[in-house]
Amino acid sequence: MLNAKKANQLAMGIIYVLVGLVVLILFGLLGYIILSGLPHINWQFLSSAAQSVGEGGGIRDQLFNSLYLLVLTLLISTPLSIGAGIFLAEYAPKNGVTEVFKTAIEILSSLPSVVVGLFGYLFFVIKLHLGFSVISGAIALTFFNLPLLTRNCENALNDVSPLQRQAGLSLGLSRWKTMTKIMLPEALPGILTGVILGAGRVFGEAAALIYTSGQSAPTVDYSNWNPFSATSFLNPTRPAETLAVHIWKLNTEGLVSNAHAISSGASAVLIIVILLFNLGARYLGNHIYKKMSARK
Amino acid sequence: MNEQDQLMQSSFQTRQDHWGKLVSYFCITVIGLLVISIIYFIAARGLNMFIKDGVSLKDFLTGMTWDPTVTDAHGKPEVGAWPMIFTSFAVTILATLVATPLALAVAIFMTELAPKKAASFMQSVIELLVGIPSVVYGFVGLVVVVPFIRHLFGGTGSGILAAVTVLFVMVLPTITSMSIDSLKNVPKNYREASIALGATLWQTIYKVILRSAIPGILTAVIFGMARAFGEALAVQMVIGNAPLMPENLISPASTLTSTLTVGIGNTVMGTLPNDALWSLALVLMLMSLAFNLLVKLVNKKGVSRNA
Repeated sequence: MLNAKKANQLAMGIIYVLVGLVVLILFGLLGYIILSGLPHINWQFLSSAAQSVGEGGGIRDQLFNSLYLLVLTLLISTPLSIGAGIFLAEYAPKNGVTEVFKTAIEILSSLPSVVVGLFGYLFFVIKLHLGFSVISGAIALTFFNLPLLTRNCENALNDVSPLQRQAGLSLGLSRWKTMTKIMLPEALPGILTGVILGAGRVFGEAAALIYTSGQSAPTVDYSNWNPFSATSFLNPTRPAETLAVHIWKLNTEGLVSNAHAISSGASAVLIIVILLFNLGARYLGNHIYKKMSARK
Repeated sequence: MNEQDQLMQSSFQTRQDHWGKLVSYFCITVIGLLVISIIYFIAARGLNMFIKDGVSLKDFLTGMTWDPTVTDAHGKPEVGAWPMIFTSFAVTILATLVATPLALAVAIFMTELAPKKAASFMQSVIELLVGIPSVVYGFVGLVVVVPFIRHLFGGTGSGILAAVTVLFVMVLPTITSMSIDSLKNVPKNYREASIALGATLWQTIYKVILRSAIPGILTAVIFGMARAFGEALAVQMVIGNAPLMPENLISPASTLTSTLTVGIGNTVMGTLPNDALWSLALVLMLMSLAFNLLVKLVNKKGVSRNA
């Protein structure tokens, strides 16, 4: 029979071993991705177009498409989620309707991204005849991003001291003015951090995009700034294969001879951009907090 | 305008507030409508096969052969989804079984054992893991895990084992961060009371802290399972994509999500093979709803027990 002290030692030992294992897995994973990808990253790789057969070429268009989709997604999802966040934090009556909305957000956040993508395909690509396009992709990504951002917004607003709210109201401001002019600025660091972390998730998402923004990256003209022109890089109705979708396609179709090298490079680019988002979120959050609270 | 009318008129502030309220109601309604239309559209498409093509639910759920383009001896289409349903559950359960002890160890380490610096280091380690996109997991699985399994056990290397290896790392951060929250919620005086009774650290953790955090930990595990069940690309890249009943852990198989990802692009809208795929999507969505319901039940139990 193990006595309590021995059991304690044994359990602690096991916990430390398991924690070590997790750290090892993470660093192995990150190290592998970055070390095997870095040798393939150079200006040529980042700035030339992809080829569909033979040598696979670069990732210029895919990288741009990913960023463009990200910007559009944030433009749609941020205002919507701030509005919904304000509703939940301020206006929501304590009744069944609010509960239904809350449940809806929970359901949306746990739906598999492939199901969200398929809905986008069914509704926007086919029903509304938008075709495989940047705009369909951005809307699908919005669905994917909304629940996270909304919850984040609600929490950030709830974290603001109630005194601020009371002060605003007692000055005779409307609830809406109090929310948008007093509470929102105060909650901004939290909201921004959430937006940037969400951006990292959106940037790497592929399952929701395969059947919405499509799997092809047509050649676009980067000097044509007219979004309504078919050849413009800003045209939202063209198909747009993103970086993540590109990696998936290279590894499942295998028409390109150096698929492995390109995917390694592209994965490393993806991870590096997401790491930058993570660091950016942290830095920005701290920076704004310091600036607004005048704390050094 | 007489004075009474002026007094009865709503103020600028009130009107502003009405307007603001309208905006916020609009935003939340958009989200609500969105969820309803997702459920409606997927359900309508998914039921098509049963209503229009007359496939029986039993054949779909228990049939062993998946080949929607051909019909069997009785002129019925081969749409047995059981191999995929089984594989989806097998992969999910195995991945969660591997991930949960690791996640609990990290959570206990961070809340009970680690000094502040080590805890915040682990925190950023977990945040990094969350950020890695699923295609990258799939790619690493394809070039590292699959060849490794092929080398060890022979065969193609693709299969449930490869999928589980990739998935458990993917769900690890989800389960860990939620477990941490639930361990942090255990009142401090529970710990103090237990230590004061002379319990060792492990006795305190095992008999007091973990037990009172069980509803939270269960929720974390269910969320992890939901994520594993719905993951598409990473699994599709390493599992081999053969819609067969898996013979063992290293024979090529196919999950609901991987069949969907591969198939939707290769079938024509409105035909039976396409309808069959939407029925798989419906199963996927219903499972996601079921996981949600399960979380609600667990939380309710947790609340009533603690009250």
